[in-house]
Amino acid sequence: MISGRVWKFGDNISTDLMLPGSVVYGTEEEQKRLVFAANRPGWVDHVKQGDIIVGGNNFGIGSGRPAARSLINIGIACLLVESVNGLFLRNAVNFGLPMMECAGVISTFSEGDIAEVDFDTFTVRNATKGGDRLNGAPIPSKLLDLMLGGGLFPQMEAQGFISKPRKKG
Amino acid sequence: MGMTITEKILAKKGGVKTVAPGDITVVSVDCIAFNDIISYFLGDRELLKMSDPDKIVAVFDHMVPPPTARAAAEQEVGREFVKRFGIKRFHDMGRDQGILHSIIAENGYALPGTVLISNDSHACSSGVFNCAARAVGRPDMIYGVATGNAWFKVGETIRYELEGRLSRSVSMKDVFFQLAGQYGDHSNMNVEYGGSALPYLNISARQTLTTMSAELSADFAVFEPDDVMFDHLLTVKAAPYEAQYPDRDAQYHDRRVVDLGSIGPLVALPDAVINNTVKVEEAEGTPINRAFLGSCANGMLDDIRIAAEVMQGKLVAPGVRFVVSPASQNIYRQALRAGYIGTLVDAGAIVTSSTCGACGGFHSGVLGPNDVCITTSTRNFKGRMGDPNARIYMGSPATVAAAAIAGVITHPGNFLTGAAA
Repeated sequence: MISGRVWKFGDNISTDLMLPGSVVYGTEEEQKRLVFAANRPGWVDHVKQGDIIVGGNNFGIGSGRPAARSLINIGIACLLVESVNGLFLRNAVNFGLPMMECAGVISTFSEGDIAEVDFDTFTVRNATKGGDRLNGAPIPSKLLDLMLGGGLFPQMEAQGFISKPRKKG
Repeated sequence: MGMTITEKILAKKGGVKTVAPGDITVVSVDCIAFNDIISYFLGDRELLKMSDPDKIVAVFDHMVPPPTARAAAEQEVGREFVKRFGIKRFHDMGRDQGILHSIIAENGYALPGTVLISNDSHACSSGVFNCAARAVGRPDMIYGVATGNAWFKVGETIRYELEGRLSRSVSMKDVFFQLAGQYGDHSNMNVEYGGSALPYLNISARQTLTTMSAELSADFAVFEPDDVMFDHLLTVKAAPYEAQYPDRDAQYHDRRVVDLGSIGPLVALPDAVINNTVKVEEAEGTPINRAFLGSCANGMLDDIRIAAEVMQGKLVAPGVRFVVSPASQNIYRQALRAGYIGTLVDAGAIVTSSTCGACGGFHSGVLGPNDVCITTSTRNFKGRMGDPNARIYMGSPATVAAAAIAGVITHPGNFLTGAAA
């Protein structure tokens, strides 16, 4: 079970908004500073470790840049979206960012509510307002294991495909 | 049950008889295409296993030539990686450089019936060659080079039957705008293109559509094989291949007929393209001060030719900056010899290296806060080409060239009539 404070975003949230072109070639630290800088300037200063983003349809439209990693780096614990962009989903799975597609989350949550997300039953609940549990889209077990297990890197390391990181970044 | 083109390719490369929507399938990848990310996709780790260096294509295109010292230093890391692992298909800056998807097309790297992955989000561009080509993330790229494999969740397919003929001032970019406006996003689905219009659509016209299918949020976007495709592959001396056709009883999420002749010039309004396109007449008169022609979608020879036809004997409007980035050095040379580059430069255009610079807001034409741009490139997300307050309209090459002359968005037919001779 993951629970956290909700921030709300709309439909078609692009990876350019999460990780702008100006820092695509920058460091992870530089990238953290500019998450949603174009649409919500200053927002990153208010995000706390363990917060949850609730988004609309086709969340993560755009490029394959590692925007999911930026969300992890600023402390986002989980994404709840009406629907997810396919390429963004790959990056969420592979970088280990928990996320669930769940119809109705936009109308169920107000900003600041506490969301409870259960990846055993693929359900979501508004702990602030109460009410019914929403049913999310089940995630195939192979992908879920990767997503909740820290992504593809630990697995590739264990299989001897890549070395351990040289330094902590 | 019959399969679509994408399903047949994934089944074959996955070593199974059939795949169906919803399946997660692991397939053997034929081509792994890197852009500048070859320099740092491993982050602070070392690659310990390499499946097959001959599967890899590496191209510098985003930061070309390097606009910063950091970019120059990173390219050294990429060259070192290429050398260490013996990667032969490497396109460094110089004679055979260009934007990744054009380099793939010019060299026959994407073959019919095969699977291609790339870190570049417009990878589905190579679907023009009946190739199941898909953008993936950096971790997928590491997994791909180490194992030669990739996983895909099989989505449903939408089949588009392209019928009729394009009007003179209309391009496949307008057809894409029509699809994006009419049908919205195709997230988690594949698209398949066929129909009686195919003999009239050359490879670069088709590639505009497959490239822009990424902006429909489609997974795979493949064309049905035909003689136009076979002829192109012969020209570029492609390796042997086995093209895939859809089964007669293939199951589609939807089949849609597109009458190309019914489509006129369209533009996308700022900040989004999905469900945000209008007839050019509705935006007519909107002042612009920046125009850009280029990108993997529309930096091809035909795009530069049509811009030259529009601009022949005319001048870029005062106060307008018109940047042109040919999609490859090869295209640049051809456009130079054909006289198109001369026409554009005489008109006041700025011609740059073959790069993704302006499209991605990296360099070579970045927008400031008060700029209003019209572009042939791939995206108009807020902040995409520079400052988040800049406004970005999208149009076809003809529409962009016409706006560069007029200083306002205008119907390209106003400038093409006289040039048609």
